[in-house]
Formats: sequence, structure tokens, C-alpha cells
Amino acid sequence: MKTGRHPYIPRSSFDLPDHDVNSRDAIVAEIPRLRRYARALTGRVDAADDLVQDTLQRALEKWRLWQSEREIRPWLFSIMHNLHVDGRRRDHRVDFRDDDELPVMVERARQQDNLELRDLERALALLPPDQREVLLLVGLEELSYAEVARALKIPQGTVMSRLSRARARLKAILAGEAATILKVVST
Amino acid sequence: MNAPISEDDLHAWADGQLNAARLTRVEAWLAAHPEQRAQAEEWRAQSAALHRAFDRVLDEPLPARLLPAANAGRWLDARKMAAVAWVALGVVCGYILRGETARDPATAAMASLPRQAAVAHAVFVPEVRHPVEVGADQEAHLAAWLSKRLGAPLRPPQLDEAGYRLVGGRLLPGDSGEVAQFMYENAARNRLTLYLRPAAPKQADTAFRYAQEKGIDVFYWTDSRFGYALSGNTGREDMLHLAEIVYRQHGR
Repeated sequence: MKTGRHPYIPRSSFDLPDHDVNSRDAIVAEIPRLRRYARALTGRVDAADDLVQDTLQRALEKWRLWQSEREIRPWLFSIMHNLHVDGRRRDHRVDFRDDDELPVMVERARQQDNLELRDLERALALLPPDQREVLLLVGLEELSYAEVARALKIPQGTVMSRLSRARARLKAILAGEAATILKVVST
Repeated sequence: MNAPISEDDLHAWADGQLNAARLTRVEAWLAAHPEQRAQAEEWRAQSAALHRAFDRVLDEPLPARLLPAANAGRWLDARKMAAVAWVALGVVCGYILRGETARDPATAAMASLPRQAAVAHAVFVPEVRHPVEVGADQEAHLAAWLSKRLGAPLRPPQLDEAGYRLVGGRLLPGDSGEVAQFMYENAARNRLTLYLRPAAPKQADTAFRYAQEKGIDVFYWTDSRFGYALSGNTGREDMLHLAEIVYRQHGR
């Protein structure tokens, strides 16, 4: 190799102390799980990756504040939760009625495709966001109830009650016993 | 441990969150309460369905745009000197490029190299089933085939020392003939592509140049045989290192 021909920045300028690189790598290693959760949470590929991208950005800005004895995964889900809530408040997007306002419809729109995935995605979209988050963090991401409580900053009792309602509602939706009506919320 | 069995216990049973002592008690209780057991098993089945529906996301290659975000941390943490140096480098490269583009068509072609490489990178890197036409398992055939089509002896560089293995290669249409693309992947499934374009007549050697096209980092350079462009998202400093390895193997 002919050296000195091209503009060259010594690599050492970018080398970080080992613990910095390790923290970053630990965050990067969580990306697939963050994407899985975001996909299930938002039901959309692009919106999910937007959310992951924002989460990573925020995490990398804040990682020095992160105490390494804490589990990194609940911390990242917590960041994602905050961004997701902010996004829901900020955007004018389709949202869902509060749990108690939901009317029960007698007829269910028949779905031509009986693919389990499509049914499940639709059913998840019909869950109130609070319940959807808890259901996914427990059932899909397998966080402990205590970790979910910390990530969402709610008491563990609230985690349990949301989980219970989410599971009952998911069952009802999948069984076609109840359907919910979409409402466009402009806040 | 003798607290009565509650619904929370049933959820914890379904989620595998009971400690051993409590688990024994809940199991015994469930054996005597088939209705509740069926309900808890259904909750378990819901979780299994969630996994069936969404675990495939874990196997998808990461979209390129998520990796620059992940690398931003290192970028933010880099020494300020380095940042200043990079900005200066960008300005200098931009200036040189602008001047040369105005001067002659060969350098205009040079200017199009990183864009074409980045487009080809963006098209094939997310590909799961058909990222390459000829896989690395047929490397000899790949080299012979692409050498013949591009009209110059060509071998895929080896990037194993940097943790990237050859996935394979493909032939693509370029502005003025055929071009080759080699793809590499590391253990984290991060992918790089090397885009090779046959040299224009009287093409001269150039220094490394850097461009960012739609969030993809591209290092590119030419010698008398090819124009080379290495595209990826591992961060500029890693990309430079990788480009040097390619250069060393092809520069001779």
C-alpha cells in the first residue's frame, strides 16, 4: 500500500475507552428486540423503525446517566415508552377509545384471510395502548412484572390489572365476541 | 408462601414468573381447578402466538438507517479534534471534487461513483433471500465470471481480518457497461458492499474520497483498472479502515 497518498485521520482519534464502546455495543445488541417490540406496538414497519431510531438516539445521548448495574433492556424499553407516549400526544393519529367507553358490537367484520398473524396484528391494534404495552412487554419481551413497572413508571398492581384486562380483551377480540370502534383523536 | 391463590398468581404461572415454592403451590391448586387452568393456559397460548407473529423481526437484517443512529454515540464522543479534521476533510474533498467535475468528463464519472454505489448498496443489502447472485461458496467461479464480464482480472478482496466474510457477488448494469458488487457481512449481520466499475480510458489513481449518500457512508477511489466504492454503515472510521484493507489488496 502506498501510504501518505490520501487524507488520513489516525484511528486513535476515534478510539474510546473500553467501557464506552461496551455500553454502545450493549445498546446496539438490543436493536433486534427493540424492533420486535416496536413492530408489535405500532403495527407498522416504518413507524416502528422511526421509534427505534429515536430510542437509540436518546439512549446514546443519555447512556452516561445510565447506571450500569441496572438492566439495560428495561431502560431502553422505558425510553421507547416515553417517546411513544410523546408521539401519541403530538401526532394527530388514529387512536382508540378508553377501555370503559368501548361499545360491544354484535357483528364482527369477517376477515377473509385467516392468517393468525393478521388477526393478531388487528387485535393488538384494537387494544388500548396502555394495555397493549403491558401485554407485549410481558408476553413478547418477557420482562418481569417489576421491570415493566419500572419501565412504564407505574405501580406493579397497575401492571397486573392492565395485563389482566389486555388478556381478556385480546381473547374476546380474537374470538369475535367484541369489536371496537376506531375514533380519530385530535389532541 | 401460604397466601391464597390470586389471579396474579395465575398470570405469573402463565408467564413463568413464580418462584419454585409458589409454583408448586399454584400447580397443585390448578390441578384442582381445571377452569382456571384452561384460562391460564390460554394466556400462555397468547404469548406463544405473539412470538410466532413477531419473532421473525429478530431475524430481519437491520435497516441501514438504524446503524448510523447507533454509531452516533461514538461520533458524539469522538475527540473534537477529529470532528474538526473531518469537517475540514469534507470541505477539501468537496472543493476538489467541484473543481474537477467542471474540468473533465472522467472526473465527472468519478463523481457519480459514490451515488451509484450507494444506490446499489441500498437495493441489495436488505435482501434476505437473494442478496447475491453467486455465493462465496463458489468464489472461484464468481471471480472468473466477473473478470470476464468486466474485462479485467478481478478477485473479491478478503475482509476476514476485520470480521467481515464474503457473502458473494453480483453483476449490475452501470452507466457505461457492467459493474460488479461484492457483499460482505460480519457476525452482527452488518453488511458492506464493494462496487467495482471498470476504469475509464486514461483513468488515474486518486486518493480516498468520502461521501455520504442517503445515510450510507461511501469511501471511493480509482486506479488504472477500476473505480472502487465501499459502502456501509459501520461509521466513518471503521469504513476507512475497511477501505484501506481493500486498497491494500487491490492497490499492489
